[in-house]
Amino acid sequence: MSAEVLLEVEHLSIAFPTETGLARTVEDVSFVLHAGETLGIVGESGSGKSMTAMAIMGILPKSAIVTGSIRLRGRELLGLSDDELREVRGRRIAIVFQDALAALNPVMTVGDQLVEAVRVHRPDLSAAEHRARAVELLALVGIPSPEQRMARYPHEFSGGMRQRVMIGMSIANEPELLIADEATTALDVTVQAQILDVLREVQARTGTTVMLITHDLGVVAGSADRVLVMYSGGVVESAPVEPIFYDTAHPYTAGLLASLPRLDRRSRDERLFQIPGQPPLPTAWPAGCRFAPRCRHAIAGRCDVAVPAAVEVGAGHTAACVRIGEWQEEAR
Amino acid sequence: MSGAGLAGNEELLAEQGAQQGSARQLLRRFRAHRLAFASTIVLLVLLVVCFGADWIAPFPQGKQDLLLGPTPPSLEHLLGTDELGRDFLSEILYAGRISLAIGLFVALLSTFVGTALGAVAGYVGGTPGELLMRITDLFLIVPAIALLAVIVQGLGPSPVTIVFALTALGWTYIARVVRAQVLSLREKDFIEAARGIGASNLRIIVSHLLPNLAGVLAVGMSLAVASAIIAESTLSFLGFGVQSPQTSWGSMLSQAAGYVGTPQVYLLYFPGLFILVTVLAVNFIGDGLRDALDPQGKHL
Amino acid sequence: MFTFIIRRVLYSIPVILVASFVLFWAVRSTFDPLAKLRQAHDPSVIQREIERLGLDRSIVEQYFLWLKAFVTGDWGTSSRTGSPVFQLIGEALWPTAQLAFWGLLVAVVIAGAVSVYSAVRRYSLGDNLLTGASYLGIAMPAFWFGLILIQTFAVWPKEQFGLAEPPLYFVGLHSPGESGFNLDYLRHLVLPVAALMIALVATWSRFGRAAMLDALSSDYVRTARAKGVPRRQIIWRHAVRNSLAPFVTVVALDAAVLIGGLVVTEQIFAIPGMGRLFLDSLVAGDVFVLLPWMIVVAIAVVICNLLADIGYALLDPRVRLR
Repeated sequence: MSAEVLLEVEHLSIAFPTETGLARTVEDVSFVLHAGETLGIVGESGSGKSMTAMAIMGILPKSAIVTGSIRLRGRELLGLSDDELREVRGRRIAIVFQDALAALNPVMTVGDQLVEAVRVHRPDLSAAEHRARAVELLALVGIPSPEQRMARYPHEFSGGMRQRVMIGMSIANEPELLIADEATTALDVTVQAQILDVLREVQARTGTTVMLITHDLGVVAGSADRVLVMYSGGVVESAPVEPIFYDTAHPYTAGLLASLPRLDRRSRDERLFQIPGQPPLPTAWPAGCRFAPRCRHAIAGRCDVAVPAAVEVGAGHTAACVRIGEWQEEAR
Repeated sequence: MSGAGLAGNEELLAEQGAQQGSARQLLRRFRAHRLAFASTIVLLVLLVVCFGADWIAPFPQGKQDLLLGPTPPSLEHLLGTDELGRDFLSEILYAGRISLAIGLFVALLSTFVGTALGAVAGYVGGTPGELLMRITDLFLIVPAIALLAVIVQGLGPSPVTIVFALTALGWTYIARVVRAQVLSLREKDFIEAARGIGASNLRIIVSHLLPNLAGVLAVGMSLAVASAIIAESTLSFLGFGVQSPQTSWGSMLSQAAGYVGTPQVYLLYFPGLFILVTVLAVNFIGDGLRDALDPQGKHL
Repeated sequence: MFTFIIRRVLYSIPVILVASFVLFWAVRSTFDPLAKLRQAHDPSVIQREIERLGLDRSIVEQYFLWLKAFVTGDWGTSSRTGSPVFQLIGEALWPTAQLAFWGLLVAVVIAGAVSVYSAVRRYSLGDNLLTGASYLGIAMPAFWFGLILIQTFAVWPKEQFGLAEPPLYFVGLHSPGESGFNLDYLRHLVLPVAALMIALVATWSRFGRAAMLDALSSDYVRTARAKGVPRRQIIWRHAVRNSLAPFVTVVALDAAVLIGGLVVTEQIFAIPGMGRLFLDSLVAGDVFVLLPWMIVVAIAVVICNLLADIGYALLDPRVRLR
């Protein structure tokens, strides 16, 4: 892995004004992305992982209040004008969304949408070259008879094929960073694996950096180099992929792992573990650790005082918990 | 049926009750819609001054002052007088009784008919439901104003036939939306649950479907009031409206058409303004009700 | 696509037949076709008329008798004017078609422009003003608006500035001796077209705005943004293009409303079209004109609905497969 820093996110906070007060969706998130690596961002819906991705893309709704810093190869992205950001979007950073049926324009042919992705960043090329590149992209993501498929509409594709189109569109300009935002979530398990393979092939071929956003630790286990676990708008644990599974440092991560179905552990009458309760509303965060109300290791007077700072627990492994070490003892 | 299943159904029913929200909450949301709240006051004032015209109007209905003749608005005659010297404000207030009454009656009647037919069509479904909808389709094929004119002319113009004609055409809109709502509601869990614990069809319609229709009906009714008042005025203008000596805003307006190009053109503006303000108020109230009853704005 | 159109056309025929029967039945049971004859003519004439129209037979038989004559172009004679109904309607169609064409054209252009502007500049001063204007447009009787237009743009300036002619005319479509597409025609058109389209523009622009807002907040617009597509292209290539199908449908489905508006507009501006023919015939109880009039109008509306279906299928590729 190269140590070159591609993206730095520092103290990123995102909030929305609502009738019932400020809704905080991301709070003080910092991480670094190295060129060529695959970073998995894991968390349940509402944990702020997609908001972080949209902030990096610069496609948050206008009402969002964003503070902090997002730097791409040292260049600050926050505060750039729409025109300046357009040079970044789709060219240097690209994104694959979850629901490809909704994310593709229903009244434009797949070919037109691919051509558009090429054209907006390469107006210097001819129409024929745009088209040739679009066909090439379809072939690249494994769509059979791409020439014929160009004239088809999104609804004429299967779910997996649509997601391939989305991926093809996102790599049209060989971006340095590819964000896959729950890109495999809506798909069947077998198709999911195929799409992950496509992503891996793309990465192997182009050396692009991948940010894999998912709620599924299983997806991360097979694909990511490093993992960021998010809960309620904050990063609770960050580590290379193996320590996350074998040297878990945060009770929330442990809860996520315990809720994964595992063949070796599950006996007939044992129920799948569930973390009790619900994440807090973004308008009503508790004082202290936001996971504390659901955490079975939480202690009054320690966990509900201040938001825990990230503590280094190993090489490149941090966790935001005040009871690291202690809770593992209790769990044993 | 197992005991556990029954308990589950009742839980669902309870949940459904909670979803409807308290009356106080509805009121609060309605008041948050400031235009709707102001409109309610405006409409109430209009209703009071028109139906209380016998006591409130500055002059009795039809009181002529031929020596005075037509005068522009003055302190004594706030909206002026017409060619017979009648106080125009008083005339408008008296005429408002018929316009408002037509609007309200048509709204009530067509909501009643439309809800009954729409709910049955949606609940029974199948061929009878389809048939009813095809019938409502037929009403859309010939312009409403032409059908109205034919009905009123055929039966003889009077406020009663106008209400009848407007209802005969007006119920279809409400029937359509009610049917659509019922169709989507009948698939919902709490209806299934009610069926599961053995509630009768009628009971299900009355106690579960109708409360859920409140939003649709509130909006439908306000639309019906608004369109009835405008349709009545248009009928009057075409010569099929309320006949003298009875007057409505519409008939006053069609009379005033003759004043275009004369010094008495002010007589053209006032009845129209009353229609405009009434219809605006009713529409805003409808908007407010919709927002209050259906805050997510999903169904309407 | 071709079979789709054929299927829709075939589907429209029973709709028109059923509608014509209902109309026939409704008009026959409210109006006495012999009313005029009863006043003047002797019983033998009335008897002959009863036999000719089949009035002594069942309503269904009467209908088929009438339908046969109608389809073969024998539309009878007007009891009011004595001229053939076919000719009366044919003559009345031309001014109405002109008015409908211009009204529709101007209304669609204005409503479309307002929709795009209001959605893109949501909650701006312009959007709020246009929203307020549309509320007013929906809440006032169109004929009142027309009369105010006449007073404001024809009568008042003529008096105020002592003109020999009003700047805009409000009677008919041409001055005496004039014809064709010229300035005189335009000066006659402005006011009726404005009165005709006010309510349509108000409702269509509301609908169009909502459709545009829907499109602008959709996932595919987010994708386009993420692709780096310029804002202008997002609005026109993605949002407008997607809003077009529902917008066209609403416009086409309002055909009956447009014709209703024509009846009123022709009355205000003394334009000798279908609307005036209808009102004159209705007052005279001339069922021989009323019935064919309604059938012709119904066919026009059904054709518009057909065009709406076809338009939707052309604009939204997802429909074609059905």
